[in-house]
Amino acid sequence: MANEIKITAPLDDAAVAKLKAGDQVSITGVIYTARDTAHKRLVDALDAGQPLPFDMNGQVIYYVGPSPAKPGKVIGSAGPTTSYRMDLYAERLMEKGMKGMIGKGMRDKKVIEAMRKHKCVYFAAIGGAAALIARSIKAVEIIAYEDLGPEAVRRMEVEDFKAVVINDIYGNDLYDIGKAQYRVAK
Amino acid sequence: MFVEKTLDFFGRFGDNNSFKSNDFNEFWGLILRTIHSDAITAVVKKMVMGANFDLGDDVILAFEKGLKREASPVGRAVLGTLIENARIAHDEQVPICQDTGMAVFFIEMGQEVHIEGALLQDAIDEGVRQGYQDGYLRKSICDPFTRKNTGDNTPAVMILDMVPGDTLKITAAPKGGGSENMSRLTMLAPSAGKRGIVDFVVKRCEEAGSNPCPPVIVGVGIGGSAEKCMILAKKALLRHVGEPSADPELAALEAEMLEKINALGMGPQGLGGTTYALAVHVEKHPCHIASLPLAVNICCHASRHKEAVL
Repeated sequence: MANEIKITAPLDDAAVAKLKAGDQVSITGVIYTARDTAHKRLVDALDAGQPLPFDMNGQVIYYVGPSPAKPGKVIGSAGPTTSYRMDLYAERLMEKGMKGMIGKGMRDKKVIEAMRKHKCVYFAAIGGAAALIARSIKAVEIIAYEDLGPEAVRRMEVEDFKAVVINDIYGNDLYDIGKAQYRVAK
Repeated sequence: MFVEKTLDFFGRFGDNNSFKSNDFNEFWGLILRTIHSDAITAVVKKMVMGANFDLGDDVILAFEKGLKREASPVGRAVLGTLIENARIAHDEQVPICQDTGMAVFFIEMGQEVHIEGALLQDAIDEGVRQGYQDGYLRKSICDPFTRKNTGDNTPAVMILDMVPGDTLKITAAPKGGGSENMSRLTMLAPSAGKRGIVDFVVKRCEEAGSNPCPPVIVGVGIGGSAEKCMILAKKALLRHVGEPSADPELAALEAEMLEKINALGMGPQGLGGTTYALAVHVEKHPCHIASLPLAVNICCHASRHKEAVL
């Protein structure tokens, strides 16, 4: 991509502040996976005053439940899952320092507002481009909730993981911007 | 001839208990074709893997057509990426999408078919179990309350139609959760008419937005009872992408809805553009005088189907 911005995960406030809705990014570094049931467990742990299975500070959480790795591979196909199902839990994790979320699909207004408040950015990866995305995942380790199978929390090392900024910390939303640009007026 | 058979039948039945079902069937003029459940299991195993690795030519063609028409450069880049992804999945025999779906099967069973061995549901489940295990496909089925994964992607969903003939046609249609979550059923008043149908389907797509991984195929069921209507919507997705309905009235409705959906400007992945839907497929069925049932079942771009005839 022509205007691609290279970023390193985990993220800090300065890196987050530079990102704008519509920016194409290439992410390299360490990210963590969590989806539906893992989010419930993370928030249940917070409610119970227990420590999280990893330090949330600066982390980018990828909403994904990968398919199993074939022999000789580090992971199977691994595209994003739909993000709104994590809306209920997102702000709790932002309060613990989460700086990025990768998924696909629209977020609730409350989440977008929380992103502004806690300086957290929302990226989309291409939903369904899972065989291709898997190539940017170089190492994977299950670090919590192994019993959840595809929903277990994984630590991933990624290189040149392609994504686009949907919601920045300034309240912009690429889904709204893109739609307005191509809508045929009625 | 008839008399001879009758004697033969009763004679053997009475003599030595060697009565076999085939004698009985022949006697009554019914020639049943026997299919062993192991053959069903084997073909289901093959189909669930194939469907998840090899995107149909019709879908690829629809991507290529979309690529030519798409106004947004980002939208074109997305379509190009999806073509590349499908190629990688095929070459490496890995899933197109990590969500390898709930295993849904449409079965057309000839009335003259007899299945020997396991129950049909069990034979299919065994094929799903083996295919999802050996194909490194994701197991995505869990208890609705505890969320405990069944571990083998069973049970499969089976929609059975009895048809004339002596063959068993099985269509595997694994369906991802993200697009399935965008489904809706509404029971319109008959006065809503076609206008009401178009408005509801277009609004549903706008609400679904980027969630179901556009470009999508929109399955629409009109009529029947509530459950029949939903099955029609899903069945509509089995058609080759973009192949219009054979009914000119429905084909016109499909074209109108496709244009209106794409005019919303959501585009591939909802990032803006002119190709949100690759096609709208409509199926209809007679309904109650009080009702106008309408169902929408959206399929993501990974529109995966495999057919086999036994």
